Amino acid sequence: MKSGSNLERVIASGKMAVTAELGPPMSADPHEVIKKANILKGFCDAANITDCQTAVVRISSIAAAVIALREGLEPVMQMTCRDRNRIAMQADFLGAAALGIKNCLCIAGDHQMFSAAGKLKGHPGAKNVYDVDTCQLVGIMKKMRDEGLQQGGDKLEVAPKFFVGASWTPMGDPMDFRPYNLKKKVDAGADFIQTQGIYDMELFKAQMEKARNLGLLERTAMLAGIIVPKSAMMLKYMDSSVAGVTVPKSLIERMNKAKATAGDDKKKARELQEQEGIKITVELIQQALEIPGVKGVHIQAIEWETAMEPIVKAAGLYPRPTFPEA
Amino acid sequence: MIVGQQKPFDEIWEMVKGFKKVLVFGCNTCVAICHAGGGKEAEILTSLLRMKAAQEGIDMQVDNAAIERHCEPEFFEPLMEKVRTYDLVLSTACGVGVNFLSDRIGAIPVYPGINTTFYGAVPEAGFFVELCGGCGNCVLHLTGGICPIVRCSKSLMNGPCGGTNNGKCEVSNETDCAWFLIVERMKKLGTLEKLFEVQPPRDWSTGTHGGPRRISVEHIRAFEEEEEKNAATEGR
Repeated sequence: MKSGSNLERVIASGKMAVTAELGPPMSADPHEVIKKANILKGFCDAANITDCQTAVVRISSIAAAVIALREGLEPVMQMTCRDRNRIAMQADFLGAAALGIKNCLCIAGDHQMFSAAGKLKGHPGAKNVYDVDTCQLVGIMKKMRDEGLQQGGDKLEVAPKFFVGASWTPMGDPMDFRPYNLKKKVDAGADFIQTQGIYDMELFKAQMEKARNLGLLERTAMLAGIIVPKSAMMLKYMDSSVAGVTVPKSLIERMNKAKATAGDDKKKARELQEQEGIKITVELIQQALEIPGVKGVHIQAIEWETAMEPIVKAAGLYPRPTFPEA
Repeated sequence: MIVGQQKPFDEIWEMVKGFKKVLVFGCNTCVAICHAGGGKEAEILTSLLRMKAAQEGIDMQVDNAAIERHCEPEFFEPLMEKVRTYDLVLSTACGVGVNFLSDRIGAIPVYPGINTTFYGAVPEAGFFVELCGGCGNCVLHLTGGICPIVRCSKSLMNGPCGGTNNGKCEVSNETDCAWFLIVERMKKLGTLEKLFEVQPPRDWSTGTHGGPRRISVEHIRAFEEEEEKNAATEGR
């Protein structure tokens, strides 16, 4: 065991892993995190705690991860390259490990210009860091864990033992480079990969085939990302505006149909779309789990954590495996 | 070349309005090419300032001048005596020029009339693009001649992030994704496999993160010293 985290143990056991997502609030109140943690607990093996997603200031990933941990939910701390240099990152790794965090997902992070999209003012004038990129960050964590060394070469008395993850956008362009992009992350030391949300399973299957031919799927645990669709509008938006996400027309049509069935009843339209969204999610999960090399799913029910229970149950992924305390 | 853009006139006026005798001082190299601060732009700005002063009923003398370069001392020499007769120099040279003149002028303020913006090129008339970050540790041989430091919004060294959308950057759909360009270029060059190797964390100390930078070309300095010595000996 590299970290002994629950997520690592599930993957090592050969069972399909389930991760979820917990977005911390724009608030100093811990209750939102506590509430979400308790909704997710039992329906995933670990939950990603996002690190100021869309470059918006929220409870930090480490702090929210510790709150989740106290509630009995294993966190996957996220660390963006946007906000910290290698000094701050490594200091936070030591701190996070000291606080009992065992998983970390390394990501580039949304550019700060994103923070002003939508209704928020954000901080588009912030200075970003990008001292290191995702591959390099993965390498730093691996070096700390396996060699007990900081990036600069100084020794660590006690090394932080993380299960190291990286993200992958299999359908981002340039698409023919994406398998090599993955290879670099695996070469750098990524123990697990969580992908961008996938709706087009055929396309994902083709990318996975390339990854398999590069010998990557034996070297890392691939968790297919599924973003739970809530409405036809959301699917359309994801298809047109979210980088690396394409949504097959048939799925959008299904959602449209669910919406249309409700007629003018807006409440019913929402309910029917949500039901259809859960159904679609379950199907996507089942399709993803059939792809050779997939070791689990990363289910993102964004601001809709209560959807996890019916999804995981309907997908036959409940109950989650448990292990005696190491 | 160094590319800049004239500051908004209102901002310039706020800087200048308290002074009685102002020299708008242009530079005829980089900033002239980008239509921001050459002799011609200095002259136009001078007219605008005179008009504004007249409008506001402020008694202000505004003149203009320009030299070839604001980054080498010899170009200043013929003009320095005149320059020192002003209360304020509004420099339309790049930031290098403003610093360089400030270091030499004595107790006269030198204010910037332009925002120095980037090292770039002119793909078409009136259009300027940033192509180099001056990082002090060039990697263009690894990336098909396309700079990931300054043309990638995140200065990524190991490939694109997840934000590439139809070849464009997540920051703006008018900005090309540098890594998309790099991958396509490397394919064309038949050297894509160069991108497969993980690039380790960079040493940024060669850039602005290592404190102010200097370059000393020793053989030129030695030669100059020798010349000076010879001149002194001959003079004696």
